[in-house]
Amino acid sequence: MLQYVGLKEINGPLVVLDDVSDASYDEVAEIRLENGSKRLGRVVQIDGKRVVLQVFEGTRGLSLKNTKTRLMGRPMEMPLSSELTGRVFSGAGRPIDGLGEITAEKYADINGKPLNPVSRKYPRNYINTGISSIDALATLIRGQKLPVFSGSGLSHNKLAVQIVRQAKIAEESGEDFAVVFAAMGVKNDVADYFRRSFEESGVLSRVVMFLNLSNDPIIERILAPKCALTAAEYLAFEKNMHILVILTDMTSYSEALREFSSSKGEIPGRKGYPGYLYSDLASLYERAGIVEGSKGSVTQIPILTMPNDDITHPVPDLTGYITEGQIVLDRGLDQTGVYPPVAVLPSLSRLMKDGIGEGYTRADHSDCANQLFAAYAKVQDARSLASVIGEEELSDMDKAYIRFGRMFEKYFLTQRSDENRSIEETLDLGWDLLSLLPISALDRVDDKLLGEKYHPERAERFI
Amino acid sequence: MNTVFSINGPVIKVRNTKDFSMQEMVYAGEKRLIGEVIAVNDEETTIQVYEVTTGMKPGEPVDPSGMPMSVTLGPGIISNIFDGIERPLKQIADISGAFIGEGISVSALDEDKLWDVTVTVKEGDMLSGGSIYAECPETPVVAHRCMVHPELSGQVIWTAENGKYRINDTVCKIKDSEGVTHDLTLCQKWPIKQPRPFAERLSINRPLVTGQRVIDTVLPIAKGGTAAVPGGFGTGKTMTQHQLAKWCDADIIVYIGCGERGNEMTQVLEEFSHLIDPRSGKALTDRTVLIANTSNMPVAAREASIYTGITLAEYYRDMGYHIAIMADSTSRWAEALREISGRLEEMPAEEGFPAYLPSRLSEFYERAGYVKNFNGTEGSVTIIGAVSPQGSDFSEPVTQNTKRFVRCFWALDKALAYARHYPAINWNDSYSEYTDDLEEYYEENVSPDFIPYRRRLSNILIEENKLMEIVKLIGADVLPDDQKLVIEAARVVRVGFLQQNAYHKDDTYVPLEKQFMMMRTILKLYDTTLEAVNKGIPLARITDTGIFERVIKIKYDIPNDELKLFDKLDNEIAETVSGVIKAHSHKK
Repeated sequence: MLQYVGLKEINGPLVVLDDVSDASYDEVAEIRLENGSKRLGRVVQIDGKRVVLQVFEGTRGLSLKNTKTRLMGRPMEMPLSSELTGRVFSGAGRPIDGLGEITAEKYADINGKPLNPVSRKYPRNYINTGISSIDALATLIRGQKLPVFSGSGLSHNKLAVQIVRQAKIAEESGEDFAVVFAAMGVKNDVADYFRRSFEESGVLSRVVMFLNLSNDPIIERILAPKCALTAAEYLAFEKNMHILVILTDMTSYSEALREFSSSKGEIPGRKGYPGYLYSDLASLYERAGIVEGSKGSVTQIPILTMPNDDITHPVPDLTGYITEGQIVLDRGLDQTGVYPPVAVLPSLSRLMKDGIGEGYTRADHSDCANQLFAAYAKVQDARSLASVIGEEELSDMDKAYIRFGRMFEKYFLTQRSDENRSIEETLDLGWDLLSLLPISALDRVDDKLLGEKYHPERAERFI
Repeated sequence: MNTVFSINGPVIKVRNTKDFSMQEMVYAGEKRLIGEVIAVNDEETTIQVYEVTTGMKPGEPVDPSGMPMSVTLGPGIISNIFDGIERPLKQIADISGAFIGEGISVSALDEDKLWDVTVTVKEGDMLSGGSIYAECPETPVVAHRCMVHPELSGQVIWTAENGKYRINDTVCKIKDSEGVTHDLTLCQKWPIKQPRPFAERLSINRPLVTGQRVIDTVLPIAKGGTAAVPGGFGTGKTMTQHQLAKWCDADIIVYIGCGERGNEMTQVLEEFSHLIDPRSGKALTDRTVLIANTSNMPVAAREASIYTGITLAEYYRDMGYHIAIMADSTSRWAEALREISGRLEEMPAEEGFPAYLPSRLSEFYERAGYVKNFNGTEGSVTIIGAVSPQGSDFSEPVTQNTKRFVRCFWALDKALAYARHYPAINWNDSYSEYTDDLEEYYEENVSPDFIPYRRRLSNILIEENKLMEIVKLIGADVLPDDQKLVIEAARVVRVGFLQQNAYHKDDTYVPLEKQFMMMRTILKLYDTTLEAVNKGIPLARITDTGIFERVIKIKYDIPNDELKLFDKLDNEIAETVSGVIKAHSHKK
């Protein structure tokens, strides 16, 4: 194999080689330094004999003459086998837990390939998370991608751990599920929190971890979710397992992408992010779903922190356009002690409509959810009016809404981090809370159902 | 031989050649990936590749095809699902499995399938571009008419017997004025970026009836018109497009999933094969063609998917059909333009979008229209494009430029969507320029009162909007009863009329007659109550009877085929209100 001595140019994570004769686009290169250490890179641009490489571990210590580069002739691949579970990898997919290399059953390109829409199976089975706000109002469906939009300092990590612990993602036997966890640019103690929580809930042996901490190289951060999803797809579609993928934090990932793009000299789009941020995020998020002819599934819960709590920032904005809904956390609720602080109105699960109701959850689920949404929207109106004219001056109806809002947040949204509510409990609780309102206010439900579910006497316990 | 010089994502360059022409289709690399020439100068030719270039090396061959990027037009298009460059996804799945590989060569239409062809011309007939020479049933609801290529004409010198033929079999031969013989098969090729010609544009005066009240009654769209549906994520763009694709009265639907979710396409595939078209009684797939270029499929093919879709639509329009195109979403298409433009290092205009964004958008929307074809039939293409504004901000370039080229603007509103008011079309921000063009149709086909009723309905909403400014400051209690009535009536209009339940068997599609009757009843309620209020009856007395709630629920309570019940309800309103008046005067 040809070796190229020295470099032509070094710029951020990029290096340029000249007089290369046999480079292929996207292939992996190995850069050997004089001191014997090795780094990996990838071909990102070819102009005749000039080749641009992206170095995964960063370019510190590289000079124009102390390197020998070999092109490996294949794209970035990851070794796969059923031994993956219980192991810890770096962002670039190398084992870092000291347990040695993986004995590969096969190698797969980490970029994956687009899933043919005609080979997909439309997701319909709901996952009971035991969290009322999610189960009732933004139901998680197996094979869905449902991100958590959060902010710095909010309890997204705690929520993610609770979902992992309580989610009944497996079939009845419970044998065939695993969690793939990719940390991108998170702090050491956050990664440790996840590890400990997995351990305490006894799922650690079923977790595949990919760790790229905030002081690790940014190129590996870009690779981490790709490696994680390659592992997830393998376990799901070839080993027939149900996989829950947690990606945190997508904002750090996007910032790494921006850093890389700007060092490549690309024309920036909004807020300096590259113009292809949408396509790039989509190439990750679309790797969720169920494939015809396989028993497994990939369900994704990406977590992202909205800079300055701004939902219109490019990262949450583009994410929302790709994913099938979102769970939005709210700082105001968090400050009043509501856990999980799920902002009900902007949260949404697009696949919910086909995965709830008779045969899945309960026949009255969608009526209950719609009425809760509509009523809680009125609460917001009443609150903004109250902030102008004072609560005393409100009409009786508005006062009823204000009271409903308070009780809804206190009894429905709030739950302990180890509280696992069944869907029946959750829906009954919803109806009982709605019974705080006068019956004429419940205009989303037909009279027959109201007759069954409207019980003001049961609502008295909230007062 | 021409070879690859440089590779940068989907953009490759070839040096020192004059063999390529602009927009020519090429085969690039050992894998023979399909690409298109997008820039030529004497030094280098730039090509965008419609597939992933991983593994490509400089020095691999690049071959010109001699023709622009084209699609095959013939029977077998309807009920099919294609990628952005008209490759059938089912056949791709047969070849490469669940995940799409590169360099797969499949023919667009099934070449072995036999079609039941009736030849409609005889020897000696003079044919010109667009003339129909054969017909075959393509699906139970679409009869496929084979037309002479628009650039050909001549005299028929031979015709085949009626019978079963494959798409590439010759069924008719014509000799043109220069004496050259042309074999006519069941299919033809057409470049996707060139609009198909027609005889003349006709004026637009028929509505595309969608069964959605907020559209048909308040913000109607005409056949041959253009509409944009902008909205942030979660406001129901896709849901609106699905509803229109299901229920609108076009003959054929072209649904373009451009850079959107894979699961959504699967949903359309699944749902449309179960749903029955109320007009034909057949499955909706029998009139639908899907073009799926999901967000993780190659970006260059995303740009092409829009053109592929509109070309298919124009082809069926030429046969005399009415087509509605759903493009979901045009923003992803614009972003594909931006991405390619960035790779070419072109000077960006607004927000990184290329300066030619407005002209590309206008070229696309101008391909809509109600036309008279060369063969004497009339057909139309209606374009309904979803727009996904970044940050839900309607002032961004794609929304603003789209707004200039469409005549119908259905703005989706976050606040409405958060309150689960669907369709979340905001009646204050949206507009339709077709209302005047369509007035006559509504007057003749529904009722002469339709237009005045609509105006009154809108006025109630406008009035409410003004009053809400006051209510927000001081609460509703201080308003006089007649203004309170406006607010109550507006609630009935919003909840009982504009809001529509896509999951309810009757409410998902509402015929124009019922829409009209609903308006009539709501206005009757308003008038009757106003009369009572003017007589000094407190409004609360009337609302306490629950009559307003009764009217709100008419959309569920009165089935679409029992419109007589409206008269009963009108009587009930009159009786309830006069009952209140009587009780009130009695007390006095």
